[in-house]
Amino acid sequence: MQPFTKIKSLATPLDKVNVDTDQIVPKQFLKLIQRTGFGQYLFYDWRYEQGGIARKDFVLNDPAYKNSRILLARDNFGCGSSREHAVWALDDYGFKVIISTSFADIFYNNCFKNGILPIRVPDDILEKLFSTKSEIEVDLQTQSIKADGISIPFQIEPHWKKILLEGLDDIAMTLQHEDQIVKYERSHKV
Amino acid sequence: MSKTLFEKIWDSHIVTEENGRSLLYVDRHLVHEVTSPQAFEGLRLNGRKVRRTDLTFATMDHNVPTSDRSLPIIDQTSSTQIKTLEKNCKEFGITLFDINSPNQGIVHVIGPELGITLPGTTIVCGDSHTSTHGAFGSLAFGIGTSDVEHVLATQCIMMEKPKTFEINIKGKRKNPHAVTAKDIILSIIKKIGTAGGTGTVIEYRGDTISELTMEQRMTICNMSIEAGARAGLIAPDEKTFQYLRGRKYAPENYDEYVNLWRENLKSDSSAQFDKSFTFSAENIAPQVSWGTNPAMTTDVTDIVPFPEEYGGGNTEEEKGAAKALQYMDLKPGTAITDIVIDRVFIGSCTNSRLEDLTEAAKVVKGKKVSARVRAMVVPGSQLVKKNAEELGLDKIFKDAGFEWRESGCSMCLGMNPDILAAGERCASTSNRNFEGRQGTGGRTHLVSPVMAAAAAIHGHFVDVRELDLN
Repeated sequence: MQPFTKIKSLATPLDKVNVDTDQIVPKQFLKLIQRTGFGQYLFYDWRYEQGGIARKDFVLNDPAYKNSRILLARDNFGCGSSREHAVWALDDYGFKVIISTSFADIFYNNCFKNGILPIRVPDDILEKLFSTKSEIEVDLQTQSIKADGISIPFQIEPHWKKILLEGLDDIAMTLQHEDQIVKYERSHKV
Repeated sequence: MSKTLFEKIWDSHIVTEENGRSLLYVDRHLVHEVTSPQAFEGLRLNGRKVRRTDLTFATMDHNVPTSDRSLPIIDQTSSTQIKTLEKNCKEFGITLFDINSPNQGIVHVIGPELGITLPGTTIVCGDSHTSTHGAFGSLAFGIGTSDVEHVLATQCIMMEKPKTFEINIKGKRKNPHAVTAKDIILSIIKKIGTAGGTGTVIEYRGDTISELTMEQRMTICNMSIEAGARAGLIAPDEKTFQYLRGRKYAPENYDEYVNLWRENLKSDSSAQFDKSFTFSAENIAPQVSWGTNPAMTTDVTDIVPFPEEYGGGNTEEEKGAAKALQYMDLKPGTAITDIVIDRVFIGSCTNSRLEDLTEAAKVVKGKKVSARVRAMVVPGSQLVKKNAEELGLDKIFKDAGFEWRESGCSMCLGMNPDILAAGERCASTSNRNFEGRQGTGGRTHLVSPVMAAAAAIHGHFVDVRELDLN
């Protein structure tokens, strides 16, 4: 996994609560057996009309946000299906940071496993970010979001911060506990 | 110190702890074709093996066709995914219940029916409805593909300890054949919301839960994820032990296990939960969802709500409801029983077990599916299908005009050819009414099996309490 660096870009505002992973990547695109190439399917049914014509009223089709790497979302983002394809699609499309008031648990976990930083902020901060017209800078090292000249701190679990900053392989990290795993297996019959 | 059932299972599976997170041992890992190919590829790229092939079980369910199994799979991408699972299981030495196996079925249906699911165990699967197994007092988490790879390689999962959430369900339903476990869980999600359980493991308790059969308890735990919970749990009891006795993978010295389970697997009477909710099941009605998430649900006797009323002052929820009604092509104020339907789907890991089909068949027997409706029954597993056929249920459904199909996830998520056309409206016993879930532009109403069966006959929703179901 690539180490996470500072991210600065306009933030794409997705003004909708309870966005489920079926919307982030619809089922017809889950049949691929690789991790790459899902960006073209991101929010597919919202992005395109039948026949593949881009819907003008969907924010991802607004040219202003073409190079955006930060997604602003609302409550309970990523709910529903555990499909990691949703995160692969966001990542492949170019989003490295998602800011919302809350995330669904499995989705939240899946983000870190793919080098995406999900940030939880209070309601008033999210509203402020939704109204920002200029670029936002997210610095994981200092745990801060810079917008309109002010710096907003955010919380992150130390475990995930380390994994993102160093781009660590969590399987290798767990395998460092091999002795303890073996010990557990010897003392527990399952 | 007194502990909840969840805490007992959690604590007994800790391999090590670090930075406030626990490395938990996984007792059973269930694998299917959609969320595993990239995990196996990851193992290959890093030269890793599957640590415990004896604790890992695979089947194909999500995109298998439910038509004649002797015919080739037409969809090449589905076929590739299915063949990839076969190849991976062979290469890594994993037990696979393949498309021709008498044990093939939806992963959450076959786990319990094969006795792979056992009380007090930890189970993971790359599927959010893994919460189903909690009905047996098993701590069961849905995980993403990276974690599937992690568990294949290490047989462990690294997690932050969830909070505990007790949902007490009390009261005797007046007509338990008409007001089902599905109606209980939909009513609860309607109350607590789709994020009401986020970050928690729910333990369902109370006299209503004790009265439910194992299959009904599975329906309840299955939909824990629709309330956002990490898992759902029900303490095992004599019904649990009886259900699992003699199953293919149940332990040989079964009575010794039962004694241990009986003694240990319950929350201590003085145990404290982080969150608590009490729900009375006594007067609830059959439920019908009207929107695009499972909390957007109401009584069959009710009307389609007005967005401002649904939002109750929350503008985001109000906007969400308005958008949902637009997608669902429903007008506020319409009686739920006036909603006409085009399709009926009886199936999915929520409601595709023998009891679901038996109850639905009571509604259908001797009647005909409405001329405007195409209806299908998709048994959850080959074993469910076989048992149902032995009871003659297939004949009841087929005589009424239902399609009787092979087992799989089918139209719950429409990854196989069983999908809705744009604009079609479906009464579905599945778990998610998300936009496009059953087919792009399709409209899903979540209901119980008896409600779906009655809707198939009448062509619109009816209150099944008015039918004779006994």
